[in-house]
Parts: sequence; C-alpha cells; structure tokens
Amino acid sequence: MSNPDSLKLSAENFDAIDQIVNKYNSDKGAAIMILQQVQATYGYIGQSMLERISQLTGTPTSELFSIVTFYSQFRLEPLGENFIQVCHGTACHLAGAERISEAVQHVTKAKPGHTSPDGKFTLEHVACLGCCSHGPIMTLNNETFARMTPDKVKKMLHQKVADKGFVNSEGCELSE
Amino acid sequence: MNEHANSTSADKSGVTTVVNVGLASCGIAAGAQKVYDTFKTALEGLAVELTFSGCMGMCYNEPLVEVRSLNGGRYIYGKVQPEQVARIVQEHIQGGTPIMDWVVYSDRIKTPDADFIDKQQRIILKHCGVVNPEDIDSYLSVGGYKAIEKALKSMTPEQVIEEISRSGLRGRGGAGFPTGTKWSFARKSPGREKYVICNADEGDPGAFMDRSVLESNPHSVLEGMLIAGYAMGAENGYIYIRAEYPLAIKRLKIAIAQALEKGYLGSHILDSNFSFNIMIREGAGAFVCGEETALIASVEGKRGMPRIRPPFPAQSGVWGKPTSINNVETFANVPWIILNGGDSFSRFGTENSKGTKVFALAGSIARGGLVEVPMGITINEIVYDVGGGLSSGRKLKAVQTGGPSGGCIPASLADTQVDYDSLKKIGAIMGSGGMLIMDDSTCMVDVAKFFLKFTKSESCGKCTFCRVGTKQMLKVLERITNGEGRDGDIELLEELGQKISAGALCGLGQTVPNPVLTTIKYFRHEYEAHIFDKACPAKKCKALISYQVLADACKGCGRCSRECPTGAITGEKKMPFTINQEMCARCGLCISVCKFNAITVTTGKERGK
Repeated sequence: MSNPDSLKLSAENFDAIDQIVNKYNSDKGAAIMILQQVQATYGYIGQSMLERISQLTGTPTSELFSIVTFYSQFRLEPLGENFIQVCHGTACHLAGAERISEAVQHVTKAKPGHTSPDGKFTLEHVACLGCCSHGPIMTLNNETFARMTPDKVKKMLHQKVADKGFVNSEGCELSE
Repeated sequence: MNEHANSTSADKSGVTTVVNVGLASCGIAAGAQKVYDTFKTALEGLAVELTFSGCMGMCYNEPLVEVRSLNGGRYIYGKVQPEQVARIVQEHIQGGTPIMDWVVYSDRIKTPDADFIDKQQRIILKHCGVVNPEDIDSYLSVGGYKAIEKALKSMTPEQVIEEISRSGLRGRGGAGFPTGTKWSFARKSPGREKYVICNADEGDPGAFMDRSVLESNPHSVLEGMLIAGYAMGAENGYIYIRAEYPLAIKRLKIAIAQALEKGYLGSHILDSNFSFNIMIREGAGAFVCGEETALIASVEGKRGMPRIRPPFPAQSGVWGKPTSINNVETFANVPWIILNGGDSFSRFGTENSKGTKVFALAGSIARGGLVEVPMGITINEIVYDVGGGLSSGRKLKAVQTGGPSGGCIPASLADTQVDYDSLKKIGAIMGSGGMLIMDDSTCMVDVAKFFLKFTKSESCGKCTFCRVGTKQMLKVLERITNGEGRDGDIELLEELGQKISAGALCGLGQTVPNPVLTTIKYFRHEYEAHIFDKACPAKKCKALISYQVLADACKGCGRCSRECPTGAITGEKKMPFTINQEMCARCGLCISVCKFNAITVTTGKERGK
C-alpha cells in the first residue's frame, strides 16, 4: 500500500481509479465494489477520489458519500503506517477487549476509527473477527494475534516503534 | 470424519502417511502457518504427503496437526508449536509410535478430549478439517458434487423441493423459516430471471460457524446453492460475505474458479440444460445487512437499509426479481439431504426442529470451538459433555445465544432443549449459532449494555423506534453502570423494550431489546444492585469499582507502578505500594502485570475498604 502522506492526487494518481471503474462499471450495482477497490489501493477514500468516481460513473457524489458513511469499512482519512484492529465481539468483550483498546490508545495516541497524530498508527474497532475462542483478538498489519493482554500490547507496539517493521511474536503467542 | 481426503492420490504415489495441518483463520491466529512451514522443511525427502485443511473444530487446541497413515489410524496433535515438529516426525512418522502425551484425538484410543468430537453429530462438519478447501479433487474424493448430479439426473425441481420439505430443514440463519417452503415460493413466482443468495454476512459478534464452513469446505456451500438454483429455476447466485473474512473470500474465489473449470458451474452443468453462475459480493461492515431486504439493497450497491415486507424477496428481491436468501449452514445441509433423503435427516432432532445445528462455542468454556449437535440436546449437555465445563473453574452463570438479537439463558434453565420453540419460550432465540458461555465473573448489565451499544451504532436509522429507542435504552444502561441509576429505570427499560419490539420495521429492530429484557427477567437483582447499592456484583463496571493493593501480598517490586499509564501507583521499593484512586483509570494493567496477586478489586459497601 502506498504511503498516503506522500500521495498527491494528481491526474497521474487517478489512473488507478480510472482502471478500477473501467473494470467494474459494467457490473450492475457496482458502486460498493468500486469504492472497496479504491480504498484497497489508496488506503482511504478522499473527497477528490469520490468526485473522480462520480465523474466516471455518473453517480452523484452525494450518493457515493452516503454509501461510504453508511458502511463502517470505509475510511475517509489516510491510513497510518501501521494498521491495528481490535476485535470487540462478544467473546472478546468478555475477555477484556476494552482494556486492549485502551492499552493501544495509551501507546499509540490513536483514537478508535482514527490515525495517530504522528501518522504511525491507525486504530479500528471491529465487530467480530470470528476467532472467538482465542480472545481478546488484535490484528497488526493484518496479522492476527490471540489472547492479548494490555502488557503484550505495550511490548508489541513499543517494539514496533523501535524496530520499524519487525514484531516479536514471542510476547503474543498463545499462552494459558 | 473418517475419510482420507487425499487417500486416492496418496495411494498412487506410494505415500502411506499424510500430515494435515488445520489452516483456518483461528488456527492461523494461533500460529498454524509456522507449524505448517516447519513441517514442510522437516518432511523434505520423506515419502509423506503434507496437506492442509480448514477447521477441525477443536479451536481450544489450535494449532492442530493430524497424522494419518493408511493402516495406522489417525492421530490429532493439539497446541503444536514449531519446536515439537521434529519429534513428531522422528518418533511418529518415521518411528511409527505416536506421542500420546500430545495427542488430543485419535480413532484408535480414547483421549480425555474425545467426548468433544464423539458427543457431536456431524453432518455439515463431517468433511470440515478433513478435505483440503483449496482443492476440488479433495471434495470430489469424499462424494462432492454427487448430490447435484443426482438432482440433475434423477429428480425434477419439484421433487428436490419436496425432499427438502420432507427433511424439515429450517433456516439456520436464526429465524427458522422452512427452507422447502421458501424455495417453492420463489419457484412459483412468475418470471424467468431469478436469484439465489447465500447470506454469509455473519455479523453476530461471537459467531464464526459460517466462516469456518466457508474456510473449511466451500464447495459444499456452492453445491447447496446449485441445488437451490435448480429447484427454484434460477441461473444466478450471489454470495454476500463479510469483508472481515478475507480467508473465506479467498477460498470461495478459488472454489468458484475450480468448479467452473470442472464444469460444476457455468452453462450446461453435467450436460444438462441447467446453467448456474455464482458471484461474490463483499459486505462493507454493516450488521443490518444480515436482514434480507437490507442485504438485497447492499448487493445492488446501495446503502443497506431494510424495507417493509411484503413484497417478500421470493416475489421481488434483487433487481426486483424473485430471490431466495438462505444462510451458509442451510446450504451446507442441502447436499447431504439430497444424497441421503429427507427422512434420514428428519430422524435427527425434535418434532419441529429437525437435523443438527452448528454452534460456535466460546467464552468461559474449557473446550471452545465449532460443534455440531442434534437439535433437542440440552444446553447442559453442550456445556458439560461436549464443552467439558467451564474453563475458569468458576460457576456457570448464563449462556447467551443469538447474539445481539438473542437472550441470556440463566444457569437454572440450562436443562432447556436446544430447538427453535423451546428457546423462544424462555425469551432467547436459536440465532445463527453463537453460543457464549458466561461464568459468575460476568456482569449481566454490562453484557446488556455491550449489545445495546452495538445495535445502537448498527441501527440503520430508518425507523424511529430503533433509531431513537436504542439510543434511549443505551442512555439508561450507561446511567446504571455509571452508578447514576434511578428508581424506575428498570421499568423504563422494560417499557422501551416492549415498544421497540412492537414498533420497529425490521428483524434487527424488533429483536434489539432481547438482551436487555432477558437479563432483566433473569438477573433483575443485578440491575437493582447497580441502581440502589451502587455495586457491580461481578466487579466489572468501572464507575462502581476500586483497585487496591493488598499490603500483605505486595512485595514492593514496583512493576505495577512502572506500567501504570496514569502514574496512579506509587511507593517505595520492597514496601507495599498504594493506588491513588483519583488518578486510577481502572484499566487493569496493574493486575495483568502483578506476579503476586497483590491487587484486588472492590465494589459497593466494601469499596475502598
């Protein structure tokens, strides 16, 4: 995924949007699929992107905006360098998901649904990742970690900040 | 579960041992990919086939590795770490002696965990954890696509519907509508263009049955959809699946491509006049899209807002055409019913609930995982016989079924039978299959608040009862858990709940109050303790508890003080530390790092003492 900070939405960068729309626009009801692909490419959906999609598809920007604000998957601001999801499903809630979220917020200063001021972390709460037997569950850059504790979160994220790219899974392996 | 997924191919190449690693999302979360990779290196040069499957069901023992020999039985190892691989290869695979201390299940010997598998009745899960989900030949080797062949070659569409009706199969998404009736409505609707939709928008937090089935045996769901298409006269199908399930989506895409290649999808399937195509639509994170009219709107690329029924989807569904929407598990039952007959299926279960039900067993349970049990089994049997009792060693307090639409069943009613009607009678619902076991450390008011918080944010906002009603209910619940509850709040919640149930437009809104109403019905005293005694009996609600250092137990190591994010813990080395209550955020980090159990939580009259 390209770094959103350095992303200038020049005409050149709209190329990907043009390709996505070309690929999906012939399908009936493709709006959500197009938006999903755009987000997968850019990490988020900015206003200028909505306008470009609107130009190409003829769907009013207001309608596209109504879709991206309805579904929780869509992000309207750029993704941080690291993407954290904390599962808040029922099993994870009972296992202490709230404390995991708090620990992430303490370390990263990112609020749920937002990116930290330094742009390093984006924190998202998700309804359920379906790994209910191993809660609390957290994902870091799409790798899933089981049975988290606030302590493990701290170690893991501090290491992430220090090492830039390497996470020691020691601290987050399954342990009873 | 006895078929050898790849035994035919294994026979040919002279391979007599197969190593099968469970690679579903939960296995991978537990580290199964590393175990698989370690086996790959360790088995190099040996005449052993390394394969993978989806979910074997024993989630509590992940990562799971099965070693099966053509004549030496099958042995499943649990909680396998990469370091253990070398010994398994040396002693079991090369030496022929299984390491029994690590084996959690075997067909040769009864392990302590054997009841988890043996007490189940596996129809849908029969091949889950056995077949390779990314290889159609593996599914074909266990009789895959034989049911659609039978339907196409020897049954009329009406006979297919008749067989499904005779089986007594009811929708496994939760509402329990008879599947055969649904299909016959769609068949009878006029028009040539019709659609089959598979609802894989498993949004109930705490439920993972559909994910496991799709990750473990995706072809069984495709085959069920094909049969539905043939029965209804539809040529197109959609699978609407949550974007939060990337592995399930990947495996479905592989399965669809392979089925197309082998001629089980596409035009003139098996040289018949029947053609069928399946498209995937990824959900975008809206719980309400599990409701069928909202799901249809979302498939059409719009906001997922439900609409008033009638017209029902069977008359006017996606693109205004007759549509039948069934759940993943419902489809997965269909091939078995066609192959074995409706009467064989209806032998399982109770008078009005036939067959089996898959549950995702989670929470404070010793053996949490994916279980399939006959309808009519009691909750106690699931918890104690299959699940092995509670994991925490604490007492069973309640069992939650049906997620945010369901209810909490108290331990005193745990001898209730699991079927659509018995559960409804006590205020709960079957739901899609999430079954959460709660011990006595769970605060029921907090659980109710959790669900309301979820449904409030997931309410689509279309109708007033749901939009405003959930907000008001949540406000009252927050007040209660914040220690600001008032006399009359419980009655207010009951009144709001009844009105929302009666007035909301869709299934989501109508069932939203269930978690609150059932917890009030069975745990009213807990609400009263929060309101009148300002106490949280389970010591969960932050505003009603205090963290304290037990001076006798504290060794003065200072670990809690260093870890405390708000700097609330102070003290001198080797002396008992103290917590400043004003500064304490009650995050619990201190408890999680204290090695001496020197931190305690108090509430109510005991608080601070």
